[in-house]
Amino acid sequence: MTTATGRTRVPMLIRSREWVHAWLLLLPALFFLFAFTHVPAVMTLWNSFHSTPRGRRPARFIGLDNYERMMGDPIFWKVLGNNLWFAFGTIPLSIGIAIVMALWVNDRLAGRGFVRMAYFTPTVLPLIAVANIWLFFYTPGFGLIDQVGSALFGWPQTNWLGDPSTALNAVIVVTVWKEAGFFMIFYLAALQAIPPSLVEAAKIEGAGRWTIFWRITFPLMMPTTLFVSINAVINSFRLVDHIFILTNGGPDNASSLLLFHIYETAFKYWETGYGATLTVAMLAILCALAIGQFFFFDRRVHYK
Amino acid sequence: MNTPATDGRPGGQEILLENVSKVWGAHKAVDDLSIRVPAGTFTVLLGPSGCGKSTTLRMIAGLESADAGRILIGGRDVTHLPAAERDLAMVFQSYALFPHLDVAENIVFGLKVRRVARDEREARLKRVADLLGLSALLDRKPSQLSGGQQQRVALGRAIIAERPVCLMDEPLSNLDAKLRHEMRVEIRALQKKLGFTMVYVTHDQVEAITMADQVVLLNGGRLEQASDPRALYQRPETPFAARFIGVPPMNVLPGALLADLDAGLAAHKVGLRPESLMLADRGPLAARVASLEYLGADMLIDCEAGGTIFTVRLPGDHDIAAGTDIRLGFAPQDLHVFDGTTGHRRDDLAAATGARIAG
Ligand SMILES: Nc1ncnc2c1ncn2[C@@H]1O[C@H](COP(=O)(O)OP(=O)(O)O)[C@@H](O)[C@H]1O
Ligand SMILES: [Mg+2]
Repeated sequence: MTTATGRTRVPMLIRSREWVHAWLLLLPALFFLFAFTHVPAVMTLWNSFHSTPRGRRPARFIGLDNYERMMGDPIFWKVLGNNLWFAFGTIPLSIGIAIVMALWVNDRLAGRGFVRMAYFTPTVLPLIAVANIWLFFYTPGFGLIDQVGSALFGWPQTNWLGDPSTALNAVIVVTVWKEAGFFMIFYLAALQAIPPSLVEAAKIEGAGRWTIFWRITFPLMMPTTLFVSINAVINSFRLVDHIFILTNGGPDNASSLLLFHIYETAFKYWETGYGATLTVAMLAILCALAIGQFFFFDRRVHYK
Repeated sequence: MNTPATDGRPGGQEILLENVSKVWGAHKAVDDLSIRVPAGTFTVLLGPSGCGKSTTLRMIAGLESADAGRILIGGRDVTHLPAAERDLAMVFQSYALFPHLDVAENIVFGLKVRRVARDEREARLKRVADLLGLSALLDRKPSQLSGGQQQRVALGRAIIAERPVCLMDEPLSNLDAKLRHEMRVEIRALQKKLGFTMVYVTHDQVEAITMADQVVLLNGGRLEQASDPRALYQRPETPFAARFIGVPPMNVLPGALLADLDAGLAAHKVGLRPESLMLADRGPLAARVASLEYLGADMLIDCEAGGTIFTVRLPGDHDIAAGTDIRLGFAPQDLHVFDGTTGHRRDDLAAATGARIAG
């Protein structure tokens, strides 16, 4: 009897020690995952139903009040509209330019390596640096754009970043310039994965460049387009670094985007409760967009 | 433009290559090549790997530009026309099926590009699918097909437009042996039935011999011999052609070995196929048996004579041991003589020597 129990106890001990080891190994990663992802996410949701604590007044539960405020907040709708315009301006344009550049670079042309590097450079630069470069381009009067514009077309001096009607578009141009090179790399990889014999077969069948692109190349790059467009959508909500440098959201919120607005609300005006509500709204929008894209592309994407 | 065949379908067109060359860097992949592919015939480009077969075919297709010379299809100079305007079909070694299109869409791709009306497209698709046994597979994607089925789809895409010229680059090399044999027969039958001009690339001499009306043998980018398969076997123009066709290959020996027979041969090379040598007590060729291989129906004997090793193929079973001295003979018409300097066939010398054997 004693020997029998002794025999079972040892493996039990070993097994429980293995469990301990496993948990010990997982612990650091889990700690950081919870501390910096899960807990803040839940806290955000929690905060969005509470008032902002001020001085001696602690946060108190206020139900959907923050959400009601958001629905009635003209600035929220303004930045949301800005963000949609920003997304529609940057995504198709940067994807289109990325494809054109990739096709161009993929062709056997002289100096291909140099062109490839030149296109990729904006991607390697930090967004802040890119914004600083463009700040100079946009400078009224002696910036590159005004100088070229006035020399070639006789344009009057324009304050691209200071005029509410051009500020957002000027930001869009910078973003496209920055993102297109990055997306090009993915399209280049996709192009190089297409066997040349497919294009040759299409040529033999009488297809011209245009037909080959629309009937063969573009459909075969669909997985890349899905991947890139989801990234682009997320980026259009996520990347606001350059706004700080270029316009600070102004003038009159003309170039403010949702995340920038969230930042200002939460950390400039210190309305953390309302900021949390805006964040939840943004996450909901992003989720809906990503899921929508999957369904939209699902029938169109051919996976190998 | 097309010569109508008997059943109303467009017939083939003649293809002419005039002094065509292609250079990659310093390497001449195709070197001053002239060939004529008569309309409606089946011509095989044959040669070892890297001899320029694919390059030649791709120049005919317009996928590669010729660095020198002219290419004519049906009397029209197409040298500088792009592939799309050459009015031909091609089957690729990898089949090159469009993976995102189903079988039907793959087959009618060219018709759609050329804006053939829908009714016409459907009718032709049905005809081709019936012909190739693809009717049940039309809405599958290429990845859902076996290698043989993919091959048929590629064939379907090539023949549906009924172009006068069809090019194929090693189309059977990805199939297993049994399927390869079936497809060989099928492709040949298809070509006969539809009457187009076929240029077919292979490195497999069996494929070439069994399918071709004309075999064009290439070596290092140059034309070695262009003739019908029988002539290629019976009257090879060069030692290379002689050794490329036939298994085991022809023995090409120094003429000095037959000096007893004809002193004039000493400066040349003689060719004797393993299967045309036989044991003969008073034969002109003395040799020592080096090794034997018993194959059932016949035996392969490696012999050594004057420092050269060559092969003899004897029907049936013979009681010969390694190390034995034997004498070999051959029929006069089985002797091939190749010039010692030019390498070309010398029928005059062969005939003279043949006369001595007979006499
Ligand atoms: N795109 C290319 N660039 C450089 N060399 C090539 C290219 N295509 C073929 N070659 C060379 O040309 C020669 C002939 O090639 P190819 O026509 O493909 O031979 P085959 O089809 O008879 O095996 C080979 O030596 C090959 O290395
Ligand atoms: Mg080849």
